[in-house]
Amino acid sequence: MTYRSQGARQLLLNAFKNPKSLQQLELHEWELLIRCTRSSKLVAALGKKIEFNCPEVVLPEKVMAHFQGAQQLVEYRKQLLIWELNRLNKALAALDVDIVVLKGGAYILLDLPLSVGRLLADIDILVDKKEIERVEKHLLAQGWQSAKLDEYDQHYYRTWMHEIPPLRHQYRFIEVDIHHTILPLTSRLHPDPERLLNDAISLDKMACKVLSPCDMVLHSSVHLFYDAELKADDFRDLVDLHELLSFFCQQSADFWTKLEARSEELSFQRPLYYTLYFSWQLLGTPVPNELLIRCKGRPLYLPRKLMEYLIPLALLPEHPDYPEKKVAFARWLLYIRSHYLRMPLHLLLPHLFKKARKRLEPVVT
Amino acid sequence: MKIKDISFNLLARKAGGSRGLCVSIGAFVVRLRTQEKAFLRTFSLLYQDFQISTDELVDFHIDMRRPSGYRRWLKAQVIFSIDGHTPFEPFPLDHAMPLFEWGLNWCIARRAHQYLILHAGVVEKQGKAIIFPALPGSGKSTLSAALGLRGWRFLSDEFGMVRGSDGLLQPIPRPVPLKNESIQVIQDFSPSAVIGPLFPKTRKGTVAHLQSPRISVEQSRQLAKPAMIIFPLYQSGAETTFKSLAKHYAFLKLSSNAFNYEVMGLTGFERVRDIINSCACYNLIYSDLDDVIKQLDAMITQEGSDDL
Repeated sequence: MTYRSQGARQLLLNAFKNPKSLQQLELHEWELLIRCTRSSKLVAALGKKIEFNCPEVVLPEKVMAHFQGAQQLVEYRKQLLIWELNRLNKALAALDVDIVVLKGGAYILLDLPLSVGRLLADIDILVDKKEIERVEKHLLAQGWQSAKLDEYDQHYYRTWMHEIPPLRHQYRFIEVDIHHTILPLTSRLHPDPERLLNDAISLDKMACKVLSPCDMVLHSSVHLFYDAELKADDFRDLVDLHELLSFFCQQSADFWTKLEARSEELSFQRPLYYTLYFSWQLLGTPVPNELLIRCKGRPLYLPRKLMEYLIPLALLPEHPDYPEKKVAFARWLLYIRSHYLRMPLHLLLPHLFKKARKRLEPVVT
Repeated sequence: MKIKDISFNLLARKAGGSRGLCVSIGAFVVRLRTQEKAFLRTFSLLYQDFQISTDELVDFHIDMRRPSGYRRWLKAQVIFSIDGHTPFEPFPLDHAMPLFEWGLNWCIARRAHQYLILHAGVVEKQGKAIIFPALPGSGKSTLSAALGLRGWRFLSDEFGMVRGSDGLLQPIPRPVPLKNESIQVIQDFSPSAVIGPLFPKTRKGTVAHLQSPRISVEQSRQLAKPAMIIFPLYQSGAETTFKSLAKHYAFLKLSSNAFNYEVMGLTGFERVRDIINSCACYNLIYSDLDDVIKQLDAMITQEGSDDL
């Protein structure tokens, strides 16, 4: 039996939903599964999931080798990242500013189950906007360097974005993104970062903080369903959300009610709805049914049906041998949507124009 | 079934089809898809003794295709892609072979962290393997190739693949890319050596590949135990000189030579430690291949029977 795209998607979803069923896979199905997980950077995560949830599944030797190779890299990145956090804390200790670690870094600091096997790219932190200049200066004085950007890109970051140009220590590899809020300043939603900072949780092992469970889920939701372009490697974010929701709802009985209330406070009902719906629909997250129905962010019938069609197409990796036109089209539509949400047209069009012109100009060295 | 066992037409049909040509290369299976007959001809010569794989899990899915647009025909180019990603700029079409080799190196070095990957040539005799870790230009490829042509088992000229779980060396006896003068050196050294076409003006000068030795390819699933580490350095006119190397110094040299020592973390440290502890370590300066091989033959026979 050979798989085309629909089969490849089902294979991938099934692996994360019901890893026990992997026992029955044939070698060529494993091969396709590994290729699909690789395009979403989830190879190590799948390996760990099988190891923890169903150690009885016997893995073919070569499948194990792929998991091992990927996990080795994940462990290495994790070590680099923890060290970078340690250095950041040390460098900023004198400032007495709250540093809130976002996303992957936070999952590690909290030892969340999803942090095992999750490939990390860079560190994202959130600080009070009033303090960001001090933080940046302080880091620049201690060996971190700002990415080399031209005037226009500097302007783009400083005026419109929710973060300053990324910093990296001259002797290390991990990039540090310093945010003062969680969405670009130009986007249609304006969550008040102070609310997030106020609710942030202190940690025992490091001086920095992390977002509260609800805010952590909402941040990841907004990132995926509001700010992202929704490509195949964004499927990983949905797996993150599924894991976060599954974990937090077991930790506290009123998690769903709190999450719903918090999304209303921050006006994140729409992204939360998409998170709950797609995480439940694609990965089987135990979202209460009544929550999905009463959720204030639920779109009207037509846009809802459109998104229900487009999102799985765009988000799930295709069969690597059979790319599909409709997938490319779905991704293109969602790319436009994300830019539309990110910037009003009177800013977006000149921006895209400038970017395009820059690409055409000869590089002067 | 080996590559040389099927007709070129059938080979081209396989490689040109959607299921590709799957070849077993060391511990890996590579699926190659290409329509480029000239490249495939070189490939089938250099890889003639490698097995065609039918029912194994494929590790790397590689396509060698021409770009769309005018560079398809005019000053034609070729693109290396793996699972639809194209990590490199296109190459001139007639350099497809070096591009494939270089690309496969990249795939292995980037993904195969179940191995500590040394930048080293590896050969074996009487169950005892010698690792030649060295920088490019030190002559490790030429030396490993020469040993392969004199009855040693050739495991690799580029990747010393130390299995993370047990420290054994996994062979990957791919064709050896000989550079510049080395091409003539090997041709003179062994007139029967099969060397593929010359590729002038690559990043490394003129390159030609030496066909992998048949026996080594046939035994490429057989792992080897490291017995000696020799850091070679070719110096024109130099007499063959082996100098015993202090273990702590050898440790630093070997760990900094690995492609993925840091990624391998504790496992990397432990594998290097075990190798250093169990192997005799030398620096080698040489210019005469026959002389150095004579001495290595003597050393490997003695190795283990008493300490050198």
